[in-house]
Amino acid sequence: MKILNRLSALLAAAVATCTLAIPARAEVTLQVTYLAQHVELPPVLSNLDVPPDDLGLAGARLALKDNLTTGKFLKHNYALDEIQVEIGGDLLSAARQALAASPYLIIDAPAADLLAVADLPEAANALIFNASAPDDTLRDAECRANVLHTLPSRAMRADALMQFAQSRRWTDLAMITGGHDSDRTLAAALDRSARKFGMKITARKDWIFDADMRRNASQEVPLFTQDMGDYDLLLIADETNDFGRYLAYNTWLPRPVAGTEGLVPTAWSPVVEQWGAAQLQSRFSDLAGRDMAPRDYAAWAALRVLGEAVTRTNSAIPATLRDFILSDAFELAGFKGRTLSFRHWNGQLRQPIPLVTERAVVAQAPLPGFLHQRNEMDSLGIDAPESKCTAFQ
Amino acid sequence: MKRLLPVLLLTASPLVAEEIWVTNEKDDTVSVIDLSTMEVTRTIPTGERPRGITFSHDYSRVYICASDSDTVQVMDPVTGEILHDLPSGEDPEQFVLHPNDRHLYIANEDDAITTVVDTESRTVIAQIDVGIEPEGMAVSPDGKIAITTSETTNMAHWIDTETRELFANTLVDARPRHAEFVKGGTELWVSAEIGGTITVFNTATQTEKGKIHFEVKGVHPDRVQPVGFELTGDEKTAFVALGPSNHLAVVNADTYEVEDYILVGRRVWHMAFNTDKSLLFTTNGISGDVTVVDVAKRKPIKTIKVGRFPWGAALRPTSN
Repeated sequence: MKILNRLSALLAAAVATCTLAIPARAEVTLQVTYLAQHVELPPVLSNLDVPPDDLGLAGARLALKDNLTTGKFLKHNYALDEIQVEIGGDLLSAARQALAASPYLIIDAPAADLLAVADLPEAANALIFNASAPDDTLRDAECRANVLHTLPSRAMRADALMQFAQSRRWTDLAMITGGHDSDRTLAAALDRSARKFGMKITARKDWIFDADMRRNASQEVPLFTQDMGDYDLLLIADETNDFGRYLAYNTWLPRPVAGTEGLVPTAWSPVVEQWGAAQLQSRFSDLAGRDMAPRDYAAWAALRVLGEAVTRTNSAIPATLRDFILSDAFELAGFKGRTLSFRHWNGQLRQPIPLVTERAVVAQAPLPGFLHQRNEMDSLGIDAPESKCTAFQ
Repeated sequence: MKRLLPVLLLTASPLVAEEIWVTNEKDDTVSVIDLSTMEVTRTIPTGERPRGITFSHDYSRVYICASDSDTVQVMDPVTGEILHDLPSGEDPEQFVLHPNDRHLYIANEDDAITTVVDTESRTVIAQIDVGIEPEGMAVSPDGKIAITTSETTNMAHWIDTETRELFANTLVDARPRHAEFVKGGTELWVSAEIGGTITVFNTATQTEKGKIHFEVKGVHPDRVQPVGFELTGDEKTAFVALGPSNHLAVVNADTYEVEDYILVGRRVWHMAFNTDKSLLFTTNGISGDVTVVDVAKRKPIKTIKVGRFPWGAALRPTSN
């Protein structure tokens, strides 16, 4: 045993000497951990949509391949560790273990868990990417200097939808909200956004049915929506996709639906094909055997952001990469027709938001005419002057 | 047609009859514009999603990248018949014909590969690993260097055409789209769509020599996206297609300063000159047309409707 130890020490010394012999244009290796906290998903009425096991993760795997291809021309190497924490598992000890190996984390976890990881003493100098939590508080009062967000916030998506409604002059809105906390949070985001763009939600209802709507939506929904008065567009806040699908074509008045159903503002969708997106979609489906979802896109963007920063700075030091990523020099080609960059006041990736149906992109926000003094994309979401985020100052 | 020619020859450019061939990406056709009438006289079916287009040196054959058919088609430009298909690797997007008139260097967009095809033996003679989503292709006038640009890797890959290996990889700004050797091959220009620039390289050292920036009044910088470009005969002026800004930039090729902007159709992509380079024809993807630009006056003079999503353009002088 002792001999073996000594042998390995000798070997290590030999390896070290070899490493020293390599000239200064050193190889850069960036190791990133994809850390996922599994969560209980509430039951939904329909069995049509089964969430894939590799949601998000598959996007990171694609970005790893993309980074490696670029890296081989520059002697930059990338590695991706995948850690999955089961429901009720110890996320923080998994996070400590990951942070001991590398300061770069992509986190797929609810907001509270994300904050717990970001606030670990071990994470003080880490660079963490939020690729799954849409909560506005994470970009606002609860922002953290070591957390960047590649998934758009609810406010960004709500603003995208409201810009569209405004540009169509659909200014009288009605809304039906589900019973989950996330539904109410989305409803609040839609409310805020409607006011921001000078519109009002004239009628609101909470979804109260506990029956199976697959059988009786055509009888119940017309009655349920009969007393909502007149409106141009019916908003649906149903983040778990539980009941929303049964509302379209069943409303008392013939009106389009939007929000989580019908016309959906989203980070990404399989129907996005312009701006070279078709290539990203086909690379993804070749790798994952399914369509690319918004969270896949967010995880892909996170690792590509790091890849782009390593490519341009020739460094794997967290502070160097963070400074570059938040600077004006940073630009990511994100297949959405505009240069993606970060909001320096809260670490959110600014990005266009496609408004999609199941079959087509209807429009993409920011819509023409919604101007902004810095960047039109900043007309989406909570802007610097109203931001309560101070961690980036 | 023949009956008309003598009359037209008096009014239009004398001696040469010319055509501009435009690939229509979403129609699977080529539109042929007769320059004496400035009208589309033929619409020829191609393979799926035609993009890159170029003629053999004697104009007896036209090569067309049929991207979704995974082939390069060889067409007789007189009859419009497909003579044969060339093996091209998957998803050929753009290509360049080597000065030897024989080897095609093809960017395989989905495969991160550049394929070299011998058009005579109709075989693949080399495949070279490049970055992700290769697109822009160029070859130096002396034939010694071929360039592939990769859209997601953001590089120009320099290929030694003798060994068919990479000898340099140079970073450019985000999403490079098009490359051209200019000034006798002493400079390489690479446009970057998302970066919004053209990087000028010194060919001898593969180092950056300059950068061209664009700024269209009233258009957000994000929408100013340089793609295709061409230089005038004296190589003093470059015309650069700026994509969704719907403008061409007129660039002084010596100072790298932009002198003018010309409004053309929507999502202007690539372009081709007529023989004496007095007229420029731009493909406008979203508006589905071609803008004719008077090069000397720097003014658009006509719009010609073609198919859906026109992409590539190439000149064919026709003897009459």
